[in-house]
Amino acid sequence: MLSSNIKGVSNGFPLKIEVEKVVEKQVEINHDFLRNIFQKIDWKAFFDASKVMGFAELPEQAPEPSVLESDLDFLRKFHHALLELHLEEGALVCPETGRKFPVNKGIPNMLLHEDEV
Amino acid sequence: MSSRPELQAPPEIFYDDTEARKYTSSSRIAAIQTELSERALELLALPDDGVPRLLLDIGCGSGLSGETITESGHQWIGLDISHSMLNVALENEVEGDLLLGDMGQGLALRPGVIDGAISISAVQWLCNADKSSHEPRLRLKAFFGSLYRCLARGARAVLQVYPENLAQRELILSYAMRSGFAGGVVVDYPHSTKKRKEYLVLTCGPPSLSTAVPSGKVEDGESCSEDESSEDEENQMICISDRHRPRKKQKINKKGKGREWVLRKKQQMRKKGNVVPPDTKYTARKRKARF
Repeated sequence: MLSSNIKGVSNGFPLKIEVEKVVEKQVEINHDFLRNIFQKIDWKAFFDASKVMGFAELPEQAPEPSVLESDLDFLRKFHHALLELHLEEGALVCPETGRKFPVNKGIPNMLLHEDEV
Repeated sequence: MSSRPELQAPPEIFYDDTEARKYTSSSRIAAIQTELSERALELLALPDDGVPRLLLDIGCGSGLSGETITESGHQWIGLDISHSMLNVALENEVEGDLLLGDMGQGLALRPGVIDGAISISAVQWLCNADKSSHEPRLRLKAFFGSLYRCLARGARAVLQVYPENLAQRELILSYAMRSGFAGGVVVDYPHSTKKRKEYLVLTCGPPSLSTAVPSGKVEDGESCSEDESSEDEENQMICISDRHRPRKKQKINKKGKGREWVLRKKQQMRKKGNVVPPDTKYTARKRKARF
């Protein structure tokens, strides 16, 4: 699951994504969940993230919430970008400090060093 | 509890490859974890409208508790400090998102995105200082502070903990309260030493009617809830001092202890959560001489 777009460090959001490898996994679509999560997403960060991951079919401006009720095609795209694209190998980069959090096997390593706490 | 894992090594070292595999392949641990996480989800009291929520599993380990969340139809993000445990979780192909992180450094999540958090047997690790830079109080503060921020308003967090002693429990609770959480401790099977389980039930936001602490489970169905402050602490203090008081010698008359004594003992064992045969007319009856 691509959750990197809804994650930030206290001193900087959004994290930039450096892609080395992206995998796609089939996930069953669930409209209720998508509607629930939609309000919480920072659309610009999400749009940028999905573009970096190689999926550019989303609209640049955040659509109206009403679209979620009617437009099944948009829901499918949103679902694909949110849940089916996985960053397998790469890194998340803090926009403020440039600190890199490596991503291995789909697990972001968010451990800080002692001097960063 | 003789061998608490917290006292042996820091979590990222204690749960190495072998320990992680052992932990996950043990059916006993899996059963306990499942039971604990089912209870935690129950205490989380998510609205039952069929909408999948985004939950956070703190100290998810190999994803045993996450599987319970998946079964109940929610999405989850799992956080753990042990790389080996997460690797096992990957092998088991858990549904949730995994994240390698230290809860004592704060959770790196955007504010307000999480609909609920559970944590099974993890928070007590925070009370140990494993490195020279670790200060349990600061780590607890960072953890609860960031947890409060990332939860949506009105969301609940249910943390199952094994506090080592009273002071540790007080410490954890006081930091939770300081971060703005409302709630208290729910104790399941309070009379039993083994089955006793403590859950911190915390609600984001100011205390209100909806933040009332649910009651704990007792074997015979009667409920037992305790607030963190009031009478419970006093009761426990009395219990401790009771233990040191010299016991009166128990009088045993020739006839034995009698039916009432047996019934009372059986009631006590039931309260502890043990399996006790039912009371019948045969209970505590004398055997015939020819037996």
